[in-house]
Amino acid sequence: MDESRPIFVQIAELIENDIIAGALPEETQVPSTNEFAAFHRINPATAGKGVNVLVDDGILYKKRGIGMFVASGARERLVAKRRDRFQNEFIAPLIVEAEKLGIDKTQVIDMIRKEGTA
Amino acid sequence: MSAVVEASHLTRRFGDTTAVDDISFSVQKNTIHGLLGRNGAGKTTLMQLLTGQDFATRGEIRVFGENPVENSGVLKNVCFIKESQRYPDEFKPRHVFTSAPWFFPNWDAAFADRLIADFRLPLNRRIKKLSRGQLSAIGVIVGLASRAPLTFFDEPYLGLDAVARQIFYDRLLEDYGDHPRTVILSTHLIDEVSNLLEHVLVIDEGKLLIDEDAESLRGSATTVVGTRQGVDAFVADREVLHRDGIGGLASVTVGRLSPQDRARAAEMGLELSPVSLQQLVVRLTGSTQTETALEQSA
Repeated sequence: MDESRPIFVQIAELIENDIIAGALPEETQVPSTNEFAAFHRINPATAGKGVNVLVDDGILYKKRGIGMFVASGARERLVAKRRDRFQNEFIAPLIVEAEKLGIDKTQVIDMIRKEGTA
Repeated sequence: MSAVVEASHLTRRFGDTTAVDDISFSVQKNTIHGLLGRNGAGKTTLMQLLTGQDFATRGEIRVFGENPVENSGVLKNVCFIKESQRYPDEFKPRHVFTSAPWFFPNWDAAFADRLIADFRLPLNRRIKKLSRGQLSAIGVIVGLASRAPLTFFDEPYLGLDAVARQIFYDRLLEDYGDHPRTVILSTHLIDEVSNLLEHVLVIDEGKLLIDEDAESLRGSATTVVGTRQGVDAFVADREVLHRDGIGGLASVTVGRLSPQDRARAAEMGLELSPVSLQQLVVRLTGSTQTETALEQSA
C-alpha cells in the first residue's frame, strides 16, 4: 500500500483494475470485505469503505444475503473514467519531466512511436 | 456505534510520578485500536486501569457501561494479554489451554488447536523451559481463542519471529472478520500493524497526544525535501514537526498539505514524501521534546 493516499481509495482502485483487466467479469461475485481485508492485511472496516465507494459509483451492487457483484457496463464506465484521467495523470507529468531534461515535444513523440513499434 | 470503553479524566499517580495524566477517550464497539507510545509512556498502566487490575487516583472508567473493578460481569468479557504474564511453576502450555475456557465463555478450542499448530507450540513442555517467543505465543493464542468482546494485547509478541508475527496478524484479521470484537493492541512495531488499525491512541508521558481514526492520520504529516532556501520559504508560516538537513539541503516535516500546497511545492521544485504512522509517532513523542528542551535552555 502507498503511504500517501487513503487505503480505502487504493482498495477501490485495485478492484477497479481487476474489473478493467477482466479478472472480475461483469455479473460475477467479488470477494467479501473480510477476504479483501485478510488478503491485503488491512482492517476490514477500511476494506468495506473501499467496496462502498464502488457501490456508490454503481460499479458494484449488493445481492442481499449473497454478496457483492460487478454491475453490467461497469468495465466500460471505468475505462471511460480512466481515459479522462490519462491526460492529467500520465501526459502532464511526462511533459514536466521531459522539459526538465531538455527533451522537446517532437523528441517525446518520436520516443512514443518507437515504444509502439518495439 | 456504541462505546465499549469510556475513560474520563483518568489519572494514576505512583508517588510523585504521574503514569496516567488526565486522560479522556472512548473506544467504539468492534474496532481495532492501536495504543502507541514509548516505553514508560503509561500504556500498560492505562490498560491495567481499564481491566480493573489497578485503581485510578482520579477520574472515571466505564467498561461495557460499568466500573470494571471487581466486577465479574464485566471482566468475563475482557481478556488482557500482557507481556509479563506469569504462570504457576509446574504449568505446561496444555494446562493453560485447559483452564482458559473456565475464564472465557467464548473460548473456541478448535481455533486454539489450529493456532497451537500454526505457532508450533510444544504442549507438554514446562512453561519455564519455553523460549521467550514460545511464551509470547501462549499469550497470543489465549488472546485470540478467547474471543472476548474486549481484548487487550499489551506488547504481545516479545521474541516472536517475523513469521509468527505475521501469523498473529493474519489470524487476528480473519477471526475479527468472522467474529467482530473490540481489540486494543499496544505495540512498538507500528509499521507492521498500521494497516490493521481503525483507530489510533498515542500517549506520551501519561498524556493522550492523538485520538484519531487511522485513515485521517494518514497524510496528516508530510516531509518536504529540497534546497534549504526553498524549504524554508515553503514552511515559513507552518508548524514544523521535525527538521533535518545536510549541506544546502533540508528535510522538514510539516502538518497536512492542501492540493494547492502540493502544487506550489512542485512548482518550487520541492519533493514531498508521506510520513508513516511510525515516523509520525517517533516525531511527536521523540524529537519535539528535545527541541522544546533546547529552546528552553537557549
